[in-house]
Amino acid sequence: MEANNNKSKIGRRDMLRGLATVPFLGALLLAWWNKRRKDHYMNENIFSEIKVSTKAPESGPAVPKDKKIRLGIIGFGIRGEQLMRGAGFAVPEVIDEWQEGASTNSSDTRYEDFLQQEDLNIEVNGVCDVYDVHAERVLLASGNVNKKGSDANITPAAKRYRNYKDLIQADDIDAVIIATPDHWHARMAMDVALAGKHVYVEKGMTRTEDETYEMVDVIKKSGVCFQLGHQGRQTASYNKAREVIRENILGPITLIEVTTNRNSPNGAWQYEIDEGAGPHNIDWEQFTGYGPVRPFSLERFFRWRCWWDYGTGLSGDLLTHEYDAMNQILDLGIPHSVVSSGGIYYFKDGREVPDTFQVTCEYPERNLTFLYSATLASNRARGKSIMGHDANMEVGEMLTVWADYESTRFKEMIENGTIKADIPLFSFIPGRKKVDAVATATEKYFAGRGLLYTYRDGVRVDTTHLHIKEWLDCIRSGQQTSCNIDRGFEEAITAHMATISYRENRKVFWDPVNKRIV
Amino acid sequence: MTNGIKLFSNWQLISLVILRVAVGWNFFYEGLAKLIDPDWTAMGYLLDSKWIFAGIFHSMASNPTVLSVVDFLNIWGLILVGLGLMLGLFTRLSAIGGMILLGFYYLSHPPLAGLGYIIPSEGNYLIVNKTLIEFFAIWIIYHFPTGREIGIDRFIFWKSVQK
Repeated sequence: MEANNNKSKIGRRDMLRGLATVPFLGALLLAWWNKRRKDHYMNENIFSEIKVSTKAPESGPAVPKDKKIRLGIIGFGIRGEQLMRGAGFAVPEVIDEWQEGASTNSSDTRYEDFLQQEDLNIEVNGVCDVYDVHAERVLLASGNVNKKGSDANITPAAKRYRNYKDLIQADDIDAVIIATPDHWHARMAMDVALAGKHVYVEKGMTRTEDETYEMVDVIKKSGVCFQLGHQGRQTASYNKAREVIRENILGPITLIEVTTNRNSPNGAWQYEIDEGAGPHNIDWEQFTGYGPVRPFSLERFFRWRCWWDYGTGLSGDLLTHEYDAMNQILDLGIPHSVVSSGGIYYFKDGREVPDTFQVTCEYPERNLTFLYSATLASNRARGKSIMGHDANMEVGEMLTVWADYESTRFKEMIENGTIKADIPLFSFIPGRKKVDAVATATEKYFAGRGLLYTYRDGVRVDTTHLHIKEWLDCIRSGQQTSCNIDRGFEEAITAHMATISYRENRKVFWDPVNKRIV
Repeated sequence: MTNGIKLFSNWQLISLVILRVAVGWNFFYEGLAKLIDPDWTAMGYLLDSKWIFAGIFHSMASNPTVLSVVDFLNIWGLILVGLGLMLGLFTRLSAIGGMILLGFYYLSHPPLAGLGYIIPSEGNYLIVNKTLIEFFAIWIIYHFPTGREIGIDRFIFWKSVQK
């Protein structure tokens, strides 16, 4: 030491002064160690009581993709485009937009995410859309196997069919995605299945009660692989929520509250009307289908969700998503009775369907009520809540469970301080490796804001992609999809009960013996 | 400097040392907490950056290699600066390291009127926030390197302590 070369030696007083702050380090380490031990002990205690695995749900074994699946797609509006992208095919113009976005904003990773999306070993051989502009776009997308922008001069790979019936019969198509307005879903799905081809159809599964029974019958008899487009089935937190319910952590559940909150013309289905669109490039007759004949209307064509002729408004579009999420988590099935109310309170644009809509579904055998509450004119986020006597759960992109301070089951643990009712009992954040019982400030903050950790590996996983992938996996392996025809039947009947109750202004019941809404 | 310190009363010296230990504690614990959390990453914080330097911080977050380096430097920077300040070990070097870290935190999330952040979630300050105050606290620590009086620097800089 330098000091040795010096005249004066380091004395006892110098040692004391030099090391005077070391005890603070000891104190910090001791306090930290104690905190860690306490956190660990609480974690152990909580999880030994509630028995939820602290691991994220694992995805099943990979299905070999050796067999190429040849797709056809009917309908290339907003949702059709999203589905094609989920399958790996984007319109070159969209890629241009993503590339431009990424060049001006480094946190815009849409293009990068798309490039990283798993290749599903498929080709798109047939497309059909009654609107020429959409048909041209989907043709370009079908040829864009290398995910390039417009400067790559992509040429179409698929053939355009003017009528969907011809597409269905094509020899080079094994499976068909249907993303048309709702009034076509059942008819097309049945035709596809009758042609022996696999079906992916968007929600709401059907437009009317009667066609639902027929469709379920046809799909079941055909034996084709069927997937209904509730991509929420792939949300990791919903799978975890199912585990929480299975372990009966919430205790007796009496109320489920799910909501829709939007506040924009687009969210309320006032979609853009293309300037160049008209009877010359829209096949109005095929669009109308088996429905009532109406004079040509651009509004009806582009904003079809606003009319009963083509859809069922909030029931089919958004209640179905919320219902299916809860059906996935709780196996609700068809309600015993439904009462709906609402009105056209904000978007007085000539629409027929309500923009504010409340649905109460009763499940007396389960001793619970399922409540859906929606407005298209307020963004107040209300989330999905499942309310039990012992705990309540909020399910979104992430999942949070709070113990109830008057819980019977957790009484002792609340009294001895192991569980606190004002902080989450535990939370599950998709992308994180484990479930945490002792939430740190950061986690609590993330819980509040719903910010995602799915960026962790630098990849945002698109649930629509996963849902299509599951369908293709099941086609290859012969297994059942997660949103199969039975789940679709429950979804459709529940939505129709809500619609009928609203339109006929009465309480409707499900007759489980005759299998009819009464 | 040593002479300067010797001009102070004991209480003045003790209060400077306590300030140094407290800031060191804060750094050391922040580093440890991040070190033992297998899921911790600066990504969310970096992506939340605003103002004229936001682009730099966003690009740090978007490249996985750069991000892992940033995470590593941040964790070990916090730990080493914390240890240095608490023990009075290479106090001035630690103070510089601490100021650099705090400078980054401040510039990535400057509390200017009109800028709101998701992280931290405690509300908005006006220009001066806790980060800036801690920055100035370390600045003081730098100019009063008390480690040479009370701290391991006393042995390292024995010569200058003597005369």
